Amino acid sequence: MPSDIEWPELAASLVLVAVAVALSMVRSLRLERTILWASARAAVQLLLVGFALEAVFDRTIAWSWAWVFAMVAFAADTVRRRAPEVPGVMMLSLVAFGAAAVVTLGVLFGLSVFPLEPQTLIPLAGMMVGNAMTATVLVARRVLEELRDKRDEVEARLALGLPSAEAAQPYVRAALRTALIPQIETTKSVGLVFLPGAMTGLILAGVDPLDAVRVQIAVMYLVLGSVATTVTIVGLGVQRRLFTADHRLTVPARPAD
Amino acid sequence: MTADVFSFEHVSVGDDAGHWRLHEAVGAIPDCGVTAIVGPSGSGKSTLLRCCNRLEAVSRGVVRFRGVDVATIEPLSLRRRVGMVFQRPTPFAGTGRDNLRVAAPDLSDDQAADLLAEVRLDASFLDRDAMRLSGGEAQRLCLARSLAAEPEVLLMDEVTSSVDPGTRVALEELARTCAGRGVRVLWVTHDFAQARRIAEHALVVLAGRIAHAAAVADLETDAPPDVRAFLREGSDAE
Repeated sequence: MPSDIEWPELAASLVLVAVAVALSMVRSLRLERTILWASARAAVQLLLVGFALEAVFDRTIAWSWAWVFAMVAFAADTVRRRAPEVPGVMMLSLVAFGAAAVVTLGVLFGLSVFPLEPQTLIPLAGMMVGNAMTATVLVARRVLEELRDKRDEVEARLALGLPSAEAAQPYVRAALRTALIPQIETTKSVGLVFLPGAMTGLILAGVDPLDAVRVQIAVMYLVLGSVATTVTIVGLGVQRRLFTADHRLTVPARPAD
Repeated sequence: MTADVFSFEHVSVGDDAGHWRLHEAVGAIPDCGVTAIVGPSGSGKSTLLRCCNRLEAVSRGVVRFRGVDVATIEPLSLRRRVGMVFQRPTPFAGTGRDNLRVAAPDLSDDQAADLLAEVRLDASFLDRDAMRLSGGEAQRLCLARSLAAEPEVLLMDEVTSSVDPGTRVALEELARTCAGRGVRVLWVTHDFAQARRIAEHALVVLAGRIAHAAAVADLETDAPPDVRAFLREGSDAE
């Protein structure tokens, strides 16, 4: 039976928040205010997004594309804030998210896997950007840390006359693997360990499970493709920024503890 | 001028805030076997060395390699002509053979074994995991790796500071052997006694400048007071 939650049912689900608050009080965790604030904030944020989506869905697809551009810009800014030590990471993220969008959305809509309409564009782009953002922060930091930690080895390779891209290759490769492996593991364990969000949502909304699974598989491949694209672009981009044109490593020394 | 291997013309290395690691360094490395660059820790001697293969960018002034401004030499070809061994051993992941082939991809096993023999490692090190070698073994492998590129000059940056006494003696002898074969060696050390053992010529670097340069045998003659004080400290520490 498809779920159709009205306001009274939604209010009833507040009982679960009360359970969390009660547990916090019983165990003296002093998290009651935080739980209440987080629950209220989540509700307000999601309701605002819901109203905004309703407005966008009623308009032309150009509005949906504008939404996607805003998501990409916000995600790139988030990457910049989470990895401030990485030079030029915001511009790199913008380029990477743009490229991932062209590749993944191009495939999904170009091959008619999904119809191009606001109801598909915004959620798919959201999942793509959301997952790619986490991996982007990880790879940007890892490339910087690898080259900083292995600075002696990198310089020894440079001193043998290797170009910077070649000197950095083993260390950047390690960083790319570190950033990609969690996504691959998630892809492997999907369905066994957890039921992913898109599929769960569709089943709750009354869609046939096999239809929901087909959508979910396409989404998983979308996420995998976008994460691989962004991780590679950002990883190689950060590497380029950490060397000068005359093949010197410019990684700043690790701050003293 | 062109008789010098390297010359330093008012070389400064530092940042915009005026923190100079080298400041107006003037001097030259003569075309002789081993030249020691001596000075206390933090005096700028490693920075001077790194300017020679452009791992360090000069902020002001000119470094010349055999009369040619190094800034005009393509850095990758310069670094193949001017090899470097670092203070800490820097073996790469893989076997000894893999390490040597980073410097010379077409190296045959016979050539690789000859290189190892030069640094007094036997051929079994070709198949040994480079990351599991002792500090001294790893440093010798690094020297063999630098020699694999057949450099004209070898920059050796405090290469004995993290090895055992036996390896220290071996590396000093290897530097002399390289010099005997025509490879010019620039040997950075804070240990004046070591400089006396292995070098013909020495530059003394104090507080970011080349304070004195002379044949090792004459180094203390005509040395300015601050250089004398440093050399005396080194002698007292022996």
